[in-house]
Amino acid sequence: MWTRLKFRHGVHPPELKELTARVPIRRVPYPDELVLPLRQHTGKPARLAVKAGDRVERGDTIGEADGYVSTPVHASAAGTVKDVCLWPHPDGSYAPAVRIAVDRYSPQAPRPRLVPDWTRLGPAELVEAIRQAGVVGLGGAAFPTHVKLAPPKDQTIDTVVINGCECEPYLTTDHRTMVEYPERVHLGLRIMMRCLGVQRARIGIEQNKPDAIEAIRAAAPADLDVTVQALDVKYPQGAEKMLIKSLLDREVPSGKLPMHVGVVVQNVASAATIAEVFDTGLPLLERIVTVTGHGIRRPSNLIVPVGMKLGDLVEACGGFAEDAREVIFGGPMMGAAQAHLDTPLVKGTTGVVVLTAAETKPTASYPCIRCGHCLDACPVFLNPQLLGQLALKERWEAMEASHLADCMLCGCCGYTCPSNIPLPQLFALAKAALRRRPAAA
Amino acid sequence: MNAPSLLITASPHLGAGASTPQIMWNVVASLAPVVAAAAYFFGPSAVLVVAAATAGALVTERVFGRRGTLGDGSAVITGILLGLTLPAGLPLWMAFVGGAFGIGIAKLLFGGLGQNVFNPALLGRAFLQASFPVAMTTFPPLAGAGDWWRLRGDNFAWPFASPRALDAVTSASPLGRMKFEQAGTPLSDLVLGTTSGSLGETSGLLILLCGGYLALRNYLNWRIPASIFATVAVLAAGLHALAPARYPGALFMLFSGGLMLGAMYMATDLVTSPVTNLGCWVFGAGVGLLVVVIRLWGGLAEGVMYSILIMNSLVPYLNRWTQPRVFGTRPARPAA
Repeated sequence: MWTRLKFRHGVHPPELKELTARVPIRRVPYPDELVLPLRQHTGKPARLAVKAGDRVERGDTIGEADGYVSTPVHASAAGTVKDVCLWPHPDGSYAPAVRIAVDRYSPQAPRPRLVPDWTRLGPAELVEAIRQAGVVGLGGAAFPTHVKLAPPKDQTIDTVVINGCECEPYLTTDHRTMVEYPERVHLGLRIMMRCLGVQRARIGIEQNKPDAIEAIRAAAPADLDVTVQALDVKYPQGAEKMLIKSLLDREVPSGKLPMHVGVVVQNVASAATIAEVFDTGLPLLERIVTVTGHGIRRPSNLIVPVGMKLGDLVEACGGFAEDAREVIFGGPMMGAAQAHLDTPLVKGTTGVVVLTAAETKPTASYPCIRCGHCLDACPVFLNPQLLGQLALKERWEAMEASHLADCMLCGCCGYTCPSNIPLPQLFALAKAALRRRPAAA
Repeated sequence: MNAPSLLITASPHLGAGASTPQIMWNVVASLAPVVAAAAYFFGPSAVLVVAAATAGALVTERVFGRRGTLGDGSAVITGILLGLTLPAGLPLWMAFVGGAFGIGIAKLLFGGLGQNVFNPALLGRAFLQASFPVAMTTFPPLAGAGDWWRLRGDNFAWPFASPRALDAVTSASPLGRMKFEQAGTPLSDLVLGTTSGSLGETSGLLILLCGGYLALRNYLNWRIPASIFATVAVLAAGLHALAPARYPGALFMLFSGGLMLGAMYMATDLVTSPVTNLGCWVFGAGVGLLVVVIRLWGGLAEGVMYSILIMNSLVPYLNRWTQPRVFGTRPARPAA
């Protein structure tokens, strides 16, 4: 079968990755305080397991998984629980969080624990270990990894797809992970393939990262059917549905998940983290984050303990530049602007982009002139023009009928709109309004 | 650490390309050569007529529109485009009224920029055509040496000073000659613009170039003119092959009258054309078909204006019928 390795539509934003693409990953010192929200994943927040005054060692559980689609939260450094309170959350709300005063002068050695030898574990035990380790998708959505690795029995999975696209401008987290830790990515993939009983894997990497493609190809195991595929540089190449379309020419049905076309997609950073979990026996305590933009003095790729506050992170990167104006968690296409320097990084934070005043987007918008650029951009072929008009009239039900549910909030429509209409924001509002709607109505 | 006051805006935090006012002013700029050509062919009257129509549009937008909408450039486009559809000898007050009607009735009454159903310039022209049929179809011959501003008596006629003093020597447009005198016009005249007609009915080649610039920058959907040209060319060529004596050839049909200006600038008006690409193809085909039908079998010599206005009225339906197939759904069904 001939495939073009492409998805249709999408946009070509400037890549802006040169600030950090060649900067090696470095580790930041522990800050004095860490703040760990109990909700760091898609699904039900973790249940609090500590109280103020408790001693915690590095790796101790401070929040337990509450239900199946939930993951535990662990103390990412040894210290004392200062407080459990509402705290600024990266999503813009205030959410329950555990504040830990980090031990000064501590070697931060983890509590000794039995490291399971993954080669002796069966699929179910592997999935359970991954669940206990609090692993979530590190590409941004933070969906609990164990749920994806244990699909319902009636779903046949034939391919694991590893997402190394990193199509968001600025970010180089996955890029550096692939360049510096290619064996970890492959080990994590091997473990996931065992969990799923799958023989075939595809790794998709945008071709603007030739060094990553080379490193991942060089480290590919000979005994597994793993193919590394260079893909077009186009946003949102890294969206699950687009990636599956590009790599396998399969179209995930509207309202369905990748598993319904026999695919499980995992981010490269998630794969590397799974390898680390079985390597060290430690749960997910830190992640790699790109701190970048012209508004930061020293753009860096960092290993950061989960729960580190934005202000501490900025300081670790030399502080703000004179004209810094806006701070975004995640990439500039989908990321959320932050209001507080106290906001902590969570497991799903892929990067921190600091824009200068000149780089921020003007907020003035004009009436829709029906140019149709948004229709040409939408990778799932919606009509953002129509949806936008409906949203302004708060016609949520009509939007639902026009396939609002298929919108991934990727931002392509807002990116192309010459009238600067905040389409993705309107769609997020509509989705929230529909969720709030009483089920009986 | 210096802590900046943090700005909060919604994603995406990057934007692409031109803003709406930039697109509009680019269209204005691309029309400058067309206006200059009209001035070359018809003398200062051309500039005056365009200016009067633009003034009518701008004054109306300023007085009755929302604050600050003059800067978006859309009213200027309406004025210039309307001016280019008028004959050079038209009294300036009529051009002004046309511009005022186009903005006031065809655009602002519908809710302003983005809300109008019909192309404001064309509706302004339709109003003038219905109100002043004689003045609208009195085409002066091209300006010659020695009489560089022959038309000033016509241009400065007082409002409603009727009957109009026809001191212009009239001359039939190529389409009028074809229709009413069964006479042809050399193709080179049509392409270069050395024929009689409205201000923007002259040089087809120039309009093609200026519109092509906009298409290259994606400020207009190239599918619309492509579809219009293809439809007109195929229909005209087919009919010409059947009865060469009765029906003119494809190139004459493409380069005569207002087809170039209509296809490149009027039909492609972003607001009043379909948002879907398939819709644009159908829209263009409809315009092309109607142009051929009106020109060859209708009572008028030229049909571009009405063809586009009729297709404008169908745009909401075209949009509905040509909704793209949502990713992950089976073949498209019409959205409710």
